[in-house]
Amino acid sequence: MVAAPFGYQRVTSLQEAALGLRERGEDAKVLAGGQSLLPLLNLRIARPAWLIDINPVGAGPVTDHGDHLRLPALTRHRAVETSEVVRRRCPILAAAAARVGNVRTRTRGTLGGSLAHADPAGELPCVAVALGAEVTAQGPDGARDLAVGDLLVSYLTTTLAPDEVIAEVRVPTLGPRAGWSFQELCRRSGDWMVVGVAALVELEAGGAVAAASVAFGGVAERPWPVPPEVLADLLGAAPAGERLARVADEAAALLDPDDDVHASGAYRRRMAAVLGRRALAEAAARARGDGSPAP
Amino acid sequence: MTVSDQGRRRVAFTVNGEPREAWVFPHESLLDVLHDDLGHSEVRYGCGEGVCGTCTVLLDGEPVSGCLLLAVQADGCDLTTVRGLAADGGLHPLQACFLRNGAAQCGFCTPGMLLTAWALLQREPRPSRERIRQELAGNLCRCTGYSKILDAVEEHAAEGGRG
Repeated sequence: MVAAPFGYQRVTSLQEAALGLRERGEDAKVLAGGQSLLPLLNLRIARPAWLIDINPVGAGPVTDHGDHLRLPALTRHRAVETSEVVRRRCPILAAAAARVGNVRTRTRGTLGGSLAHADPAGELPCVAVALGAEVTAQGPDGARDLAVGDLLVSYLTTTLAPDEVIAEVRVPTLGPRAGWSFQELCRRSGDWMVVGVAALVELEAGGAVAAASVAFGGVAERPWPVPPEVLADLLGAAPAGERLARVADEAAALLDPDDDVHASGAYRRRMAAVLGRRALAEAAARARGDGSPAP
Repeated sequence: MTVSDQGRRRVAFTVNGEPREAWVFPHESLLDVLHDDLGHSEVRYGCGEGVCGTCTVLLDGEPVSGCLLLAVQADGCDLTTVRGLAADGGLHPLQACFLRNGAAQCGFCTPGMLLTAWALLQREPRPSRERIRQELAGNLCRCTGYSKILDAVEEHAAEGGRG
């Protein structure tokens, strides 16, 4: 199959992209890396009248602002995966980027595109929710900031206005006593996740858990953050294996995933418990400094 | 970018070092233009979804799916197909390793395998077998000849891995 004809507008700024979206309305789609959009076009599942190609805007470098990193929306997965600053300061994001699609997907695919596409089985939306990432959305008349948890609504659905485009993504940096883990189950290498989990555990100087954040992907219409009341069981105590496993099991028990061609809902819930245990154990081990090194 | 009155656009890029031009519609993929218009039959249609890797080309040295890049997006870029690996029309040392190891059965996936492996070896001249496997995971061989492909890439890496 080949894509149906469409009009093509190249822009050199995101504001120009937003103006193009305002002018062309629902008939226009933004083309970033194209690794999800172009398959939809080739299969004629999507038939936009216009593509607004933002690639000429380019991506500046990832920058370190102490407690957070700023990543331009057009930062390619490959750049996230190999960036020295991301690997050192927010290694879970680099690890998740390395699991997206295949090497060609990562050459072209972009962080902003992945979040705007909002596939609930995507690696980067899951990690972004666990991290509490923020995005800046550029519209024709200005920009606004929003939490990624407020961006992702449902399957391929965000709260971006029809004339907004993601300009930047901000992720927190991980401190010296923070540990992380990203685990996923895929049917084949490069596939969307059947289940994925991103876990962050931060310890106090004495070794008790100071903070924890966990999000599951592939189990609901959007990445699902484990509620604070479930994670509260971890706080103030040493991250013992039994306690971590109990919390993972409690979190998984709250899930009600759908059945699809890849897996039943019951299997997904079971795998969420298994991967959740592994992720919490690995994150706690890394926080203690005895985990495996970053990828 | 010059636009014709039918809506075609003139694109210019190099393919294997040679400057080429084409008039393309915006919806035409780089794969279609290379294969159908410019005679590069070594860039092959497999799935049209970026999954199989038979249309792999190097865009400024990095592997991309020709089916998931619009030809208009390649304007001004340097493209490499498998024909560009060896300058003199002979075999590149990596191809010679594929030949010695029997790493091609039907051969349909071979250009994509070679380009992906070559790009890896440019970045990492001595990858482990596991790294090679990871990097080639997005190139499917339906003859399932994977072991010999890994053998061939490993052998070339052991020879120094560049060039």
